[in-house]
Amino acid sequence: MNEPPEPAAPVVPFRRDADSPGPSGPSDLPDAPRGEATTSAARRPARLADPPRDLSTALVRVAPPTNPEPDLDQPPPPPDDSALRLGDVDAWGRSEHIREIARTLYDPLYRRWFRAEWEGLEHIPREGGALLVANHAGAIPSDAPVIMHGIETELRRPVYGLAEFLLRSLPYVGTLWSRAGGVAAHPENAYRLLRDDQQLALVFPEGTKGTSKHYRDRYKLHRFGRGGFVEIAMRSGVPVVPIAVVGAEESMPIVWKSARLARMLGMPYVPVTANMIALGPVLGLVGYFPAKFKLRVLPPVHFGTEANAERYSRSRVMEESELIREQIQDALYDMLRTRRSVWFG
Amino acid sequence: MRVLVTGIGTFWGSRVAQELESRPDVEMVVGLGAEEPVLPLERTEYVRSDSSYSILQRLVHATQVDTILHTHLIVDSTQMSGRSLHEINVIGTMNLLAAAGSLNSPVTKLVVKSSTLVYGANRTDPYFFREGAERTGPPRTRVERSLVEVGSYVRDFAADNPHVLVTELLFTNVMGDHMATPFSKALRMRMVPEILGFDPLLQFTHEDDVTGALIYSTVRDAPGAFNVAGDGTITWSEVARMARKRRFPLPPVLTGVVAEPLRMLGWVDLPEEMLDLLRYGRGVDNSRFKATGFRYRFTTVSAVDDFLRGMRLEATIGERQPSYRYEQDVESFFRHSPAVLPDRQ
Repeated sequence: MNEPPEPAAPVVPFRRDADSPGPSGPSDLPDAPRGEATTSAARRPARLADPPRDLSTALVRVAPPTNPEPDLDQPPPPPDDSALRLGDVDAWGRSEHIREIARTLYDPLYRRWFRAEWEGLEHIPREGGALLVANHAGAIPSDAPVIMHGIETELRRPVYGLAEFLLRSLPYVGTLWSRAGGVAAHPENAYRLLRDDQQLALVFPEGTKGTSKHYRDRYKLHRFGRGGFVEIAMRSGVPVVPIAVVGAEESMPIVWKSARLARMLGMPYVPVTANMIALGPVLGLVGYFPAKFKLRVLPPVHFGTEANAERYSRSRVMEESELIREQIQDALYDMLRTRRSVWFG
Repeated sequence: MRVLVTGIGTFWGSRVAQELESRPDVEMVVGLGAEEPVLPLERTEYVRSDSSYSILQRLVHATQVDTILHTHLIVDSTQMSGRSLHEINVIGTMNLLAAAGSLNSPVTKLVVKSSTLVYGANRTDPYFFREGAERTGPPRTRVERSLVEVGSYVRDFAADNPHVLVTELLFTNVMGDHMATPFSKALRMRMVPEILGFDPLLQFTHEDDVTGALIYSTVRDAPGAFNVAGDGTITWSEVARMARKRRFPLPPVLTGVVAEPLRMLGWVDLPEEMLDLLRYGRGVDNSRFKATGFRYRFTTVSAVDDFLRGMRLEATIGERQPSYRYEQDVESFFRHSPAVLPDRQ
């Protein structure tokens, strides 16, 4: 097992116990479980059902248990199976071991090539769930790995990156992506990660509309879907942490794209990037330009709504989503105003 | 409590009847099946019937059973032809529900043993299905189609008969010494099949937990649909490593086309529904059943481990299960002859 170096005192342990699916954060929040079944609903009765401690040191006669029959319905708790495990793949397919290798390989790219620089990292919560929301760019987006790598190395907290289902059906690519912390962007997955597991999840509400935009439209944010990300955060009772990213647009800019070819191939988009022109069609897929990365974390947005509500007002969701989009857009413009060079920041 | 168990000629039917017999609150057990019981039973009355239970209505009224435990749903399509599978699963369940819901029916509780196959295994699935979640694609295989159909009949029955407590248990893949499932058969082979480039997350239930869950919902009141799966998930490659088996890859495209001749040659026993599982895996949320008070004896990993222990022992000493044959005359002598003193059995 690759145990990462122990962080300083107040920092959350980086590796959750591989076999405890429970949250690392508070589990007994005083709100109603969604629908009929959530893990928090399961935990609460389990806690209440614990037999009262036998305080027989007191001079009180303790009544014998009323049901001495060996209770077949209540077998002993299942054995701790962590000793039986041979791997460390968690319920989301993430392997801390693979992640560690990925971090080691990615670190030079992160530090030397993109020279990523953060501000406002203190806005990312040290514990508890939070939904990280960022702008998305680059034909093969470089922002997701930079954000994940940055937060994991700086805060020593895992980040789960929510992405397109398409990746899941690609042999090897899908498996590696999943082991390296990728999770298919299903609302139920996001809810479970945020609410039950109290983790950090990263989404790009622009989706492929962000990554497929032309170079001339750089840093102009697209619509944030239908605000689904806000609804998930409300439902899970976690804040949204907006992140503005500068640099991804120039690392792999799209200069031409064909909607017809994309339709024919069944892909979201088929671009020609400046990288392909400079490096050839194959090397151009992996060779990023060394644009300087700057990331600004904005203060978390708390909605003040009740978690697990039956439904959330559509207009409120859209409004919050639009506000977050504007915040990121403003931050981007602000960062671009002070940027002197694409390559040197 | 007077209980009728279907599928007494299968392992589950006989196993559950055995367990019910040992409980003092169970007054009488009737075992219904096309085949004879496969485990020794002491006081269960065996009734032979055709596989679609056309005699059930008469039987229910004559024996005045208050609880029906429907264990006889086929969840492994390699066991029989598609037609007889439809006959047993769909027609059998329809007859059973008709009998249970007939005028003046004494039945007040119905427990159905089904499978999480009803959720399917698709690219666009959430990683964990909660009860009542919709499939993301239409059922493709016969066994899935029939189980989905059975599920809708059972829900209709529950709505039409509010005085009957209906429990539908959806089990994940079972691991245990007595069960030959597609997964256990795969693990017994010299090399374990996989799909190249895919390493799905799976869940397993130990056979004792299957019996436990069926008995629990029979003797307690837990109406509703519940997922039953051991805690935790495990990748297929880790299972193979625990079994110390090498893996042989099936191609990621045209998997079915390649698997079919291998199946005909008898080299592998891979039903279609398992190919989907080997590609995308499936997880279910098991918290709802735990919230009713049920406790598992095994986790996913310890269930696999227990199965492998049994397999290793078997490799050394050969077949362990003493074979049992039901003898009509012997059984009726011990049950009904005046020569047998009731307390000396």
